[in-house]
Amino acid sequence: MSESASEKEIIRIENLSKVYHGAAGEVVALKDINLSIREGEIFGIIGLSGAGKSTLVRCVNYLERPTSGRVIIEGNDLSALSNRELLRARQKIGMIFQEFNLLSQRNAMGNVCYPMEIAGVSRADAKKRALELLNMVGLSNRAKAYPSQMSGGQKQRVAIARALAMNPKVLLCDEATSALDPTTTQSILELLQDINHRLGVTILIVTHEMRVIEQICQRVAVIDQSHIVEMGDVKEIFVHPQSTIAKQLIFPQGQVPTSIAGNSTLRIVFDGMSALEPIISKMVLECHITVNILYAHTKVVEGKTFGQMVIRLPEDQTSVARIKAYLNDRKIYYKEEPLHE
Amino acid sequence: MNEYLSSAFSTAMLGEYGNGLLVTLYFVILCTLVSYLIGIPAGVILCVSDKDGIHPNAPLNKTLGLVVNILRSIPFVILLVLVLPLTKALIGTKVGDNAFLVPLIISAAPFVARMVESSLKEVGHGVIEAAQSMGSTNWQIITKVMIPEAKPSLLVGAAISITTILGYTPLATLVGGGGLGAIAVQYGLYRFQNDIMYVSSILMVILVQIMQEVGMKLARSSDKRAR
Repeated sequence: MSESASEKEIIRIENLSKVYHGAAGEVVALKDINLSIREGEIFGIIGLSGAGKSTLVRCVNYLERPTSGRVIIEGNDLSALSNRELLRARQKIGMIFQEFNLLSQRNAMGNVCYPMEIAGVSRADAKKRALELLNMVGLSNRAKAYPSQMSGGQKQRVAIARALAMNPKVLLCDEATSALDPTTTQSILELLQDINHRLGVTILIVTHEMRVIEQICQRVAVIDQSHIVEMGDVKEIFVHPQSTIAKQLIFPQGQVPTSIAGNSTLRIVFDGMSALEPIISKMVLECHITVNILYAHTKVVEGKTFGQMVIRLPEDQTSVARIKAYLNDRKIYYKEEPLHE
Repeated sequence: MNEYLSSAFSTAMLGEYGNGLLVTLYFVILCTLVSYLIGIPAGVILCVSDKDGIHPNAPLNKTLGLVVNILRSIPFVILLVLVLPLTKALIGTKVGDNAFLVPLIISAAPFVARMVESSLKEVGHGVIEAAQSMGSTNWQIITKVMIPEAKPSLLVGAAISITTILGYTPLATLVGGGGLGAIAVQYGLYRFQNDIMYVSSILMVILVQIMQEVGMKLARSSDKRAR
C-alpha cells in the first residue's frame, strides 16, 4: 500500500497548540502537536470525539489559526503568509466534510465549478474540468442534480470532485465517512484510495472509526486529550497498540481479554484477506492443534476480512512454531502476547 | 351634498379607488425598493460583523444594531411626526404623498435589515466553512454563498416586508397623502361612510393576498432544497 508514498515531506506541523478563550476560561484544544506527513501517503488521525482532531485538521489550512506553533506545507510557513496569499494557498488544499457542505442552491456541476469560479477560471474551462471530475467520481450523469436530489454518498462524491477542482496536492478529510452507511463508506474509501494512487494526492484523514484507518491509511496518529499519544505504521499500531486509547479504539467494545490463567496468547490480524478462506479451521487441521478463541472482532467488507482475533496458544512450543509458520506462510500478521491478569 | 350621497360604487368613487390603488402601489414599490437598497447592506453588515460571523466587529455590530432597534421601537405614528423637519429638508414640504415616503422608508429599512440578517443567518456554518476552505474572500462568500443560499428565505422576507409596509400606508392620511388606506380612513372615520371604507379595505386585503402569494410562489420555485 505504501509504494505511492515517497520520503518527501509535504506537511509539517511543529509544536502546534490551540487554546480557546471561552466564557468558562481557557480551553486547550491542542497541545504540542508535531507531525510530519509524507508526499503521496494516506495519513490518518484517530481519536474519540472531543479529542481535538477536527481542530487539528482545521489548523492545517488555517481555518483555525493556531495559538502557537507552525504549519508548513510544501515549504511554505502558513503563519508567514498575508491574507491574500493564505487564500491562494487554500485553493491548493482540498477539504471534505462529514456533512458534505454543498451549496444547496447549486447543482452538482455548479458546486464543482465554485472553486474555479472564485479563482477566476473561465466559465467554459471550469465546466469542462467539472465534467471530467464528475466523471472521475462516477457522477457524470448527475451533473444537473441538486444536492437535495442526491444520496449521502453521491453528495460526498460531488464534494470530493469540488475539492479536487484546483488540482490540490493535499486533501483534508474531516470525518468524511461518518455520516454514511457501511457500504457507502466502503465505496468512498475506495474512491479516496483511487485518487491517491492515480493523482498522487496526499490525503489526511481525521476519523473516530478504526476501520477507516485500517482500510486505507499507511500511517496513523492517535490523538487523545489534545495531544498525540501514539504514531506509526497502521499495521504496527494495530498489532501492538501502546496507549490505552489505541487499545480502546482497536477493541471498540472494550473487550480486551483478561483473566485466563497460564500461557501466552496470539493476536492475529486480518487486513483484507479473502473471506472465503477458512484460515482458522485450516490452521487447526494443518498444524494438528486445538486453539481456544478468546476474542474475535472481524467483519467482512466486500468479500474481504478485516479485524482481529486473539487465540490462546498451546503450551507445546513445537505447535506454537507450526502455527507461526502457518501464519507467516499466508502473510497474516500476528503478535504474541502474555495473557493479561 | 353630492359627495355625501355618492354610493360606494359611483363613477366618481371608482375613479378614486383606482387612483388610490395607484398611490398605494407607488408607496409600496418605492418604499420596498429603497428599504432593500438600505436594508440589504445593513443586514449583511449585521450578519457578517456578528461574533459568529465571517468578519466579527463588535463595535460596528453593536452600533448598527442599536440604531436599528431604536428606529424599530418608535411607533410609526410618532416617527411620522418626529421626522417632519427631516421630511421638509429632503422633500421641501411636510405634506403629500412624497412627504409620507420619508418616514415610511425610515421605518421600513430597519425592519428589512433585520429580515435580511435573519435570512442570511440561516445559511449553514458548514457551507461557509467549505467556501473558506476553498480560499473564498469574504466578499465572495457574501455574494456567491450567503445571498444565493438564502434566496428563498430572502423572498419570503420580502413578501412579509411588503405586507408590513402596506399596513403602514393608511397613515399617509395624517400628512395629507393618498392611497386606498387614506380613502378608508377619510370616508370611514371622518364621514361615517362605512360602505366606502369596506370597499377600499377589501381592495387592500386583495392586494396583500396577491403580493403574499406571488412572494411565496417565487420563494418556493427558487428553492432547490425540497423537490
